[in-house]
Amino acid sequence: MDRRKFLLKASGTFAGGLLLPRLGLGAATSEGLPAGTIASSVLDALPGKRPLIKRTFRPPNYETPVELFREAYTPNDAFYVRWHSAVPELALAEWRLRVGGPAVRQPREYSYEEIVRKFRRAEVAAVNQCSGNRRGLFAPHVPGVQWGYGAMGNAVWGGVRLKDLLEDAGVTAGALEVVANGADAPMLTGPDFVKSLPMWKALDPDTLLAFEMNGAPLPSGNGFPARIVAPGWTATYWIKAVTELTVSDKAFDGFWMKTAYRVPKGMFGDSGFASQDTEQNSPITSIKVNSLIVTPAPGATLALGRRAEVMGIAWDGGSGIRRVEVSLDGGARWREAKLGRDLGRYSWRQWRHDFKPQAAGPVTVLARAVARDGAAQSEKLVHNPAGYHHNVVQRADYHVA
Amino acid sequence: MSLDVRAVLAVSLLSVGAAAQADESSVTLAAGEGVERVQAYCAMCHSLDYIVMNSPFQDRAGWDKTVTKMVKVMGAPLTPEDSEAIAGYLAANYGKPPQ
Repeated sequence: MDRRKFLLKASGTFAGGLLLPRLGLGAATSEGLPAGTIASSVLDALPGKRPLIKRTFRPPNYETPVELFREAYTPNDAFYVRWHSAVPELALAEWRLRVGGPAVRQPREYSYEEIVRKFRRAEVAAVNQCSGNRRGLFAPHVPGVQWGYGAMGNAVWGGVRLKDLLEDAGVTAGALEVVANGADAPMLTGPDFVKSLPMWKALDPDTLLAFEMNGAPLPSGNGFPARIVAPGWTATYWIKAVTELTVSDKAFDGFWMKTAYRVPKGMFGDSGFASQDTEQNSPITSIKVNSLIVTPAPGATLALGRRAEVMGIAWDGGSGIRRVEVSLDGGARWREAKLGRDLGRYSWRQWRHDFKPQAAGPVTVLARAVARDGAAQSEKLVHNPAGYHHNVVQRADYHVA
Repeated sequence: MSLDVRAVLAVSLLSVGAAAQADESSVTLAAGEGVERVQAYCAMCHSLDYIVMNSPFQDRAGWDKTVTKMVKVMGAPLTPEDSEAIAGYLAANYGKPPQ
């Protein structure tokens, strides 16, 4: 099919012509996405949410427009939504959490009130990033939800430590993994979305069972009433609407662990999840160091000879951001951007860089982050079959006039 | 700019304010042999924008793999004939353009 024919077909995708993605979604932030993704995306508001970029209606997969990352914490009504099946609607009064399994001494069942009464409150500021964030930018493209930049957000998560719940039930010496299951159910006979964590991560004091984000109850789209918060790890482990924790003495072998969410062995370093490593591949785990240019929006016009300020964010899997560097000359010289307040090692960090455009015409800003553990963003995309860990050096093109 | 594109642009401009009310019935697939089967079976579990979104970069082998996954992993109740018709439709209408 030639390109024109495709575009004509794509233009018929929405009977009501509800969108032209260039309007509202931003031509620049659609750059690199498949043509069909651009044609089928639309700004749409789920209940309780402001308009987000709809990638799929059912199950709902909606991403946050980049301009909403200007805020240190992503507002709950702007936070991206990602489900493998229908969003469960649970009533807090009926919700229960069961903690059990072969490596638990005393199986327990808790209501919300019992949990908040019995366990000390804990909070952590952390980036929640979908494993497939930026998959749509892969070249060549790989199938899956074709996310742009917005399948992520930063929030203060409030709840109780997973460790405290597990210790209340009593973890035995043979415990290997904690398996988390939510109230969502597969369509037909497909595999239930269930994920496990290694004991060290489950017992980390920053790993939570969260009831709140940014001081308010979780929206249903983000896992009401309770979700796992596994800071530094991609969001696939942050099971939403969680109802069951099983402490197991075996490696969990459900489809979403054993087959999906995998990266080729050694491509991205040690997984930290030995019980799930195979000869060929490893589970995706830690978020890779990354950055994003937020403002001005790529494609904007900057005033000649006047101070321009580029603002962005940078984050990693929990070592924290050491520095962000900006280049205005295609990468020959790099200058350190000014880092904003440190909101915690799992939070993203804002950065700013001022400059005065000295010549009319195009100007390109490059940005790259270096983490405290020494890791830097990739110069080139590390292509992998599932489209994970897109963390290439960022680029924004502007026009000076 | 062709007339068709201009018409779409005009409609889009008018409807930006109403964009918050979209739903999956607004997704329509290209007419073509097998489209009824795609609508009947694929939409049992997911909206059809999944198809458009994942285009046009998968060749016939890629769409075959997707359909096989839907049957073997997700439990789509397709006969071999259904799978063949569906993958054929997807490759013909949402497949990778010839190089």
